[in-house]
Amino acid sequence: MSEIFQYIMSGLAVGSLYALVALGIALIYRSTRILNFAHGDITTAGTFFALTLMGFKLGYALSYFLAIIFGSVIAMAFYFAVLVPAQRRESTNLGQIILTLGFGLILQGLISYFGGTEPQSFPFPLSDSKTFNLGAVVVSELSLGTFAVGIIASLLFYLLVQKTRLGLAMRAVSENLQAAQTMSIPTRKILAFSWGLAALLGVIAGLFLAPALLLDPFFMLEPFLKGFAAAILGGLNSLPGAIVGGLILGVAESLAGGLVSIAFKNTLAFLIIILVLIFRPEGLLGKEFIERV
Amino acid sequence: MDLIESYKEELQLVRKPWSRMWVAALLLFLLIMPWITQEYIVYIATIIFIYSIGSLGQNLLIGYTGQISFGQAAFLAIGAFTFGHCSRFGIPWPIGLIAAGLAAGIFGLIVGIPSLRLKGPYLAIATLGFGIAVYQIFANSDTLSGGRMGLIINKIDPVFGLDRSIFNYYFNLIIAILFTLLTYNIISSYMGRAFIAIRDNDIAAEVIGVNLMRYKLLSFAISSFYTGIQGGLYGLLMGYLEPNMFTFMEAVTLFVAVIIGGLASAAGSIMGAAFVVLVPQFFSGFKEMVPVVYGTAILLILIFEPLGLNGIWLKIRLYFRNWPFR
Repeated sequence: MSEIFQYIMSGLAVGSLYALVALGIALIYRSTRILNFAHGDITTAGTFFALTLMGFKLGYALSYFLAIIFGSVIAMAFYFAVLVPAQRRESTNLGQIILTLGFGLILQGLISYFGGTEPQSFPFPLSDSKTFNLGAVVVSELSLGTFAVGIIASLLFYLLVQKTRLGLAMRAVSENLQAAQTMSIPTRKILAFSWGLAALLGVIAGLFLAPALLLDPFFMLEPFLKGFAAAILGGLNSLPGAIVGGLILGVAESLAGGLVSIAFKNTLAFLIIILVLIFRPEGLLGKEFIERV
Repeated sequence: MDLIESYKEELQLVRKPWSRMWVAALLLFLLIMPWITQEYIVYIATIIFIYSIGSLGQNLLIGYTGQISFGQAAFLAIGAFTFGHCSRFGIPWPIGLIAAGLAAGIFGLIVGIPSLRLKGPYLAIATLGFGIAVYQIFANSDTLSGGRMGLIINKIDPVFGLDRSIFNYYFNLIIAILFTLLTYNIISSYMGRAFIAIRDNDIAAEVIGVNLMRYKLLSFAISSFYTGIQGGLYGLLMGYLEPNMFTFMEAVTLFVAVIIGGLASAAGSIMGAAFVVLVPQFFSGFKEMVPVVYGTAILLILIFEPLGLNGIWLKIRLYFRNWPFR
């Protein structure tokens, strides 16, 4: 029995990171109807930037802060330099999705070129060998920190979206772009801010994933795809759904890995994607898109 | 781009006399090429033929039917491993190749089922999930993938006393030409017009009597059939198979080939296939830069020339056709 609690606890820790990745994906999807295939690569770029800064002995807090800023700046630069010109030329929705894929490829190549493809260990203030005993469950310092950060970041994000004027503007833009423009909301700035915010959440997740995995240019591919799965599970256009989806996916994966087979662990996320899309495409908490003829 | 005056003209593959001249010249060049170039270039050309089969199929799906798919690596893997196992059991290669195509086609049919309900981005993720799941199943199952050593495939013995590389060249050239002709036939038949109608507006297509279910599934099945054949041929050329040949990157490569070559154009798919094969060769010293080139090409093409390489080619032809005038 305590084994199951153990799996649930480690699942929650990983799941909170999936939730952060999923929040970034859902945020962009909600406001622009674009699936951001570059999300994982932006995150990786930010994490590598943190590693480089730590090479200069900048200290943990400062280098992490700068890395997060760096990730957001890349995402906003992509929005202004590529997506806005593409939208001016009336590119289709699918075209814009492919643009993010292209941008992801560029980032991936540049990271491999400058950062090297060898897996590197990522220095981190929390260790995963120091453990605490919570009743019968053993929790490492890293997963406790991960879980805390995931929950705090999601909470702050919720407050930003629901309780501030900026959040109101973001919701207005994602609800109806033209109406938001007529209400003199600076939609372009708001959208750029959304891209930056999504990248920020992604880089936070990346910083906490890097010490658990090893850092190489492709280390975000799997967490990113799982974030996708989580966002779909919760409903792509729902922000609470992304958090719920992330946590459920983390726990389900951990249980499947522990109780069924470790080989099955990674495949589960993709089975979930396919099943959810077949039976309930709008996800757990999303609202169904209704297309009018 | 041409003015077509009759149905007979519409059915012709090559319409203008000048175009006939250069198509004939190109075919002639392809026929004599292995005798006048180095073995290395012949090998690259062989790989381009194999890739163009897959990108033709992918273009039928993305360019003509407008259904996005990131799961092509899965069909490649299914085709290649079906072919590999057939070859292991001593089944002759023509049957093995058809079996590879059919197996991939059947899985394509299954993946096509979500496409009846899903659109655009959702379909992209469903197929992406399928691609990765299949890769992981192959990577984790030793019976399917032949274990750590990979799966060894018996190569075909050259006929007529040809050199092996030259034989491979002609073998794949003939199959690629067959599939190119098949593609032209599909797109100029009712089926192709149904695909285009679904792409442009599926509800309108259904209203004028296109059976949406049948043609969407058909599009998936045909495109995965092509990809399965590509997998089989690739395995035959390499002589061995391992799951790492079919990662997500491979699906992205095929996708890039279609986008860069030009959506909804058979000639474009072949140019795109040549692009994705040649770029890694030119950048063999800087392997890291290959995705950068792909990505930059995607950004430039989608923003400035949405018709891709084929669009550039059409513009050049148009310029020379109307030469003194613009």
